Amino acid sequence: MVHSEIVNLNGVEKSFGAVQALGGVDLRILAGECVGLVGHNGAGKSTLMNILAGTLVHDTGSISIAGNLLPGRYSVPLAHQNGIRCVFQELSLCPNLSVAENARVLHASLRGFGWRKRAGALLTGMLEDIFPANGIVASDIVGDLDIGRRQMVEIARAFTVTDVPLHLVILDEPTSSLDNVAAQQLMSFVRRFTAKGGSCILISHLLNEILETSDRIVVMRDGRIVDTRDAGSFDHQSLVGSMGSVAVEADNDGAKFVSRRADGDKTISMGVEGADAIPFAAHRGEIVGLAGLAGHGQTDMLVSIFAARGISVEAAHVPQRVAFVAGDRQTDGVFPLWSIALNTTISSITSMVHRLLIDPQREKQLAETWREKIAVRTPDVDNSILSLSGGNQQKVLFARALGSNADAILMDDPMRGVDVGTKQDVYRMIRQEADAGRTFVWYTTEMDELRNCDHVYVFRDQEIVAELARADLTEERILQSSFDQKAQS
Amino acid sequence: MNRLITPRMLRSALPALSFTFLLAAIFYIQPRAMSYFGLNLMLNLGVPIALATLAQMMVITVNDLDLGIGAFVGVVACIGVTWLKETPLLGVAALLGCIAIYAALGALIHLRNLPSIVVTLGMSFVWLGFAVLILPTPGGSVPDWLRAFMTLKTPYLPFAVILSILIALLVHWGLMRTAYGTIARGAGGNPRSMEQAGWSGLRIKMTMYAMAGFFGVLAGLALIGLTTSADANIALRYTLLSIAGVILGGGEFVGGRISPIGAVIGALTLTLAGSFLTFLRISPDWQIGAQGAILILVLALRALINQAERKK
Amino acid sequence: MSTFLVKLREQPWLWAFVGTIAMWLATSLVTGAQGSGQVLSAAFSFATFFVIVAIGQMFVITLGPGNVDLSIPACMTLAGTVAMKLMAGSDGMILVGLLAAIGCGFAVGIFNFALIRLLSIPPIIATLSASFLIQSSAIAYNRGLRVKPPAALAEFTTTRIGGIPVLAIAVMLLAIVMHIVLTRTVYGRSVLAIGQNSKAAFLAGIRVERIRFATYVLSAVFAATCGYFLAGFSGGAALNMGEEYLLASIAVVVIGGSSVAGGYSNVPGLWGAALFLFLMVTMLNTFGASAGLRLIMTGLIIIVVITLAGGRKR
Repeated sequence: MVHSEIVNLNGVEKSFGAVQALGGVDLRILAGECVGLVGHNGAGKSTLMNILAGTLVHDTGSISIAGNLLPGRYSVPLAHQNGIRCVFQELSLCPNLSVAENARVLHASLRGFGWRKRAGALLTGMLEDIFPANGIVASDIVGDLDIGRRQMVEIARAFTVTDVPLHLVILDEPTSSLDNVAAQQLMSFVRRFTAKGGSCILISHLLNEILETSDRIVVMRDGRIVDTRDAGSFDHQSLVGSMGSVAVEADNDGAKFVSRRADGDKTISMGVEGADAIPFAAHRGEIVGLAGLAGHGQTDMLVSIFAARGISVEAAHVPQRVAFVAGDRQTDGVFPLWSIALNTTISSITSMVHRLLIDPQREKQLAETWREKIAVRTPDVDNSILSLSGGNQQKVLFARALGSNADAILMDDPMRGVDVGTKQDVYRMIRQEADAGRTFVWYTTEMDELRNCDHVYVFRDQEIVAELARADLTEERILQSSFDQKAQS
Repeated sequence: MNRLITPRMLRSALPALSFTFLLAAIFYIQPRAMSYFGLNLMLNLGVPIALATLAQMMVITVNDLDLGIGAFVGVVACIGVTWLKETPLLGVAALLGCIAIYAALGALIHLRNLPSIVVTLGMSFVWLGFAVLILPTPGGSVPDWLRAFMTLKTPYLPFAVILSILIALLVHWGLMRTAYGTIARGAGGNPRSMEQAGWSGLRIKMTMYAMAGFFGVLAGLALIGLTTSADANIALRYTLLSIAGVILGGGEFVGGRISPIGAVIGALTLTLAGSFLTFLRISPDWQIGAQGAILILVLALRALINQAERKK
Repeated sequence: MSTFLVKLREQPWLWAFVGTIAMWLATSLVTGAQGSGQVLSAAFSFATFFVIVAIGQMFVITLGPGNVDLSIPACMTLAGTVAMKLMAGSDGMILVGLLAAIGCGFAVGIFNFALIRLLSIPPIIATLSASFLIQSSAIAYNRGLRVKPPAALAEFTTTRIGGIPVLAIAVMLLAIVMHIVLTRTVYGRSVLAIGQNSKAAFLAGIRVERIRFATYVLSAVFAATCGYFLAGFSGGAALNMGEEYLLASIAVVVIGGSSVAGGYSNVPGLWGAALFLFLMVTMLNTFGASAGLRLIMTGLIIIVVITLAGGRKR
C-alpha cells in the first residue's frame, strides 16, 4: 500500500495546431513521493500538468488512476473525484470572495447550515499548518490581500480535504510570489505531506527547491521526458546539464568590478522622505538591483519612477524616455488580442511615425530583428501573442523595452518562469546594453540575478534599508538587511 | 491594523448615508413629508424600481449588463393588465415563459460567448414589440389581488418600506450568505477558475439570468399594482435607472462585486431624488438636469470618501 | 485570389455587409429594380448620421470594458439647438453655427471626462448623469422652440450626386480617415492597447489619461457634428432628435464587428451595420409588418447577427 500507484500516464501526446507540445510522455506517480519536474519553458511541463489536472484533453495515449484505466474523457471534476489537485501558475482564486468563500468554491460539499464557519475553519487551519503566523483571517476578501498572501491561500486551499481523499497535489511554480521564509515553510510542509503518504509534483525554476525537496526528478525537453532519476543522483550542475542548456557559472568575481558612480552622471534620482532614509540613484550605464523580500515596495518604486518620467525637480529626476518590463505578464504586460509584432513595437511607435503615420516597414523590421536577437520561438511574428508559451511571451516584453529608445529600463522581477538558457542570454544582453550607456533598474527575487548588478538597494517595509556596491555584495548582507527588524543606526 | 473600520465597510455604508441625507433634506424642506402617508407617497414607486435594480444586479453579478430590463418590465406590465386579469392561467404561463426566455438568453450568451450588451439590446426591441402587440393602446386593468397587495396598509411603517427591507434582506441572504450565492459571485470574480473547480458556467449564467427575469416580473407586477394600468413604454427608463441604482448602491460592473442591500437603497435614493425636486419646486425644464446633478453629487461624495481613505 | 478570399473571411466587418446586401435584395424583390435604387439612396442618407455618431462611440467602446458614451443623444440635441438658434435661419451664419456645434461637443466631452476622472466613476454612469444635465440645458436654452435651419444648409444635407447624398460621400471620406487614424496612428494604436489592458498600456509608455480624454472629446464632437447636420436635414432641432441614436450607436458598433469588450475595432463595419439596420426596417416595412412585429424582427435580427458573427476572440 505504501508504494501504490496514484496515476500513470502512457504515451500521452498533445498538439496545439501544428505545434507538438507533448510527444509521447510516460509518467508514473507513486503514493508518498515528491516528484520534481524541470525543463525549459516550452518543454511541455505546464501542458503535461494541465492534462493531469483535467484542464486540457490529451490527443492520444492513456491515463490510469489508482490502476484503473480511465474510460472516455478526463476532466477537472474527475481529477478532483480522484484526489488530484493543481495549483496553477496563474492564480485561480476569486478576488471578490472572502478566504472562506474561496474554500467553498473548491468543495461542493461545504453547504447547508454553518457552511461559512466550516469553510473558514478548514482553510485557515490549513494555512496555519503550512504558513504559521500568516495573519490571514477567514473573512478577508482575497482581492485585498497582497500577492504573496493570495498565493498562500491558493496553496493552502489545494491541500484542504472534505469528503474526497487527497492523493496528489501539483504545484506549478508555487513559490514564484512567496518570500524565502514562506517558500521554506511550504517545502517543509510538502515533505511532511509526502511522509504521510500524499504525493506532490513540484515544478520550479529554483533548482535548489527541486533538489532539496523532491525524491525523484523528472527532466523534460521538447515535449518529452529525457531523464528521470532519484534526486540524490543530481546536483545543480548535472540538472542544468540534462535540461539541455549550458550551465554558466555565475561570475562571482566582484573585485574586477569598477564602479560607474565615480563619473557622477546620474540618470535617475528619487528622493525619499524621512531623516535616515537612503535616497535612490542610478547612473548612466549602470545596472541597479532592487533586493529584499517579495512585496516590500520594490515594484512600487519602479512604478513611481516610471510615472515620474520626464520630471526633473529637486526630489526626483527621471529621464523622458523610460521603458518598463513587467513581471506579471498577464495583468501588466501582454496585449492578448495583438500579434507578437504589435506587442513588440508598442513602446516604439512614437519614434516610427513618418508623416503622421506609423511606418509599417520599420515596425516589421523592429519585430523581426528582436525575434532573432532574443530568440522568440515562433514561425511568424504576425501570430497571436497567445500562441507563445509564458517564457516566450516574457521575451517579447523584453524585446519591447530593449527595442525602444529608452535611456533607462525598469524591470519588475521579469524572469519569473523564464528558462535558464534564456536567462543567460538576457543577462548578456542587459550587460551589453548597459555598456552602451543604458541604465537598468532591476527588481529581482533571485540572488543569482543580483550578481549581475553594479549596485544594489535592499528594501524592507516599503523603504530602502541598505545600499551595497557590487564589491560588497554578499548573500548574507542582503538577507541580513531584508530580515532585520530595526535599522541598526 | 484596525479591522473594525475598513474602507470596504465605509464604502458599503455610503449608500445608506446618502439615502438618509436626502430623506433628511426632504423632511427639512417639507416637514409634512415626515409621515406615514408622505413616506408611502414618496417611496411606493421605488418598489418596482428596486426590483428592476435587483434584476439588473443579477446580470451584473456575472459580468453582464442588461439593456433590455426596462422594456421587459414593460411587457410584464402589459401582460399583467391584460391576460393576467382576463385569463389568469394564460397570464401566469406567459410570465413563466418570459423567465424561461431570460434563462435561455443566459445560455445563448454563455454558449456563444456573446456580448450581453448587444443581445439584451436586441431583446429590448423584442420585448417592446411584444408589449405593443399585447397592448397596442395604453390602458388595461390590474387584477384585484395585485392592487390590494400593493396598497396594503401596514401598521407603523408604510408597506413600501417594509417590502423594500424584506426584499433587500432576502436577496442579501440568497446572494451573499448562501453557498450557491457564493458560487454565482465567484463566477463573476474568476469565471475560468470556477469552471476548473468543476462548476458549470452555463448553469450559473442561466440561473442568474432566470433570477433577473424573475425580479423583472416582480417589478412589472409591482408597478401595475400601483399604476393600475399600463402601456408598452411604461418602464423604458428603468433600464438606465436600474444601472444607476446598482452603481449607486456600491456595485461594480465587473468582478462580481455587488451589494443587494446597497442596490435597493440606490434605487430608493433615485426615487427620492424625483420627490426632492417636486418639493423644491424646480421648474420642469430643469427636472432631469437636477436629477443628474443629484446623481453626480452622491457619486462625488463617494469619490471624496474613497480619496480620504486612500490618503490615510 | 484564394488568399484574398481567406483574408476577406477573416474581416470582422464582413457580416454587416453580407447582411446589408441580403436585406437590400429582399427589399428589391418587392420594390423592383427602380425602387431598389431609391431604397439604397435613402439608406445612404440615413445611415450617414448613424455612422458619424458610431465612429465616436466606437473609439469610446474600444477603450475597454465600461467605456460607453451615453451622452450622445443629449449632446446631439444641445449642439443642434444651439447651432440652429445661433444661425436663426441665416445662410451667412452656417460656419459660425458649425463652429458653435463643435464647441458644444468640446464642452460636453471635457465635462464627461472631468466627471470620469475627478469622481473616478464608471464612464457609463458619468456620461449618463452628464446627459441629464446636457439635455436639461438644451431644453432650458430654447424652451423647445423649433428654429428652421438656413436654407443653404438644408439644401446641402439633401443634395445628391448620382443618387448618393453629398453628405454620405463626405462621411465616407471621414470614415476612411478615421480608419487610418485607428490603425496607423499613435493615437489609434494607443486606444486599441488601452482597450485590451490599460495597465499594460500605461507600463508600455502610453499616456493613458490623455488618450482617454481625447477619445471622449472626439466622441462628443462627432455627436455634436451629427446633431448639427441632422437638424439641418430634418428641418430644425427637436428635443428628442437624438433619442434613437443611443442604442443604435452601440448596435452599429457591435454589428460592425467591433468587440464590446474593447481593444478590437474596425471602421468599415460601421457603414455596413448602419446600412444594414436601415435596410432591415425598410424591408420589414415593404413586407407590410405591423409596428410590434417590426420591433420584434429588428431585435431578433440583431441577436441572430451577433450570434452568427459572435464567439469571436476576446
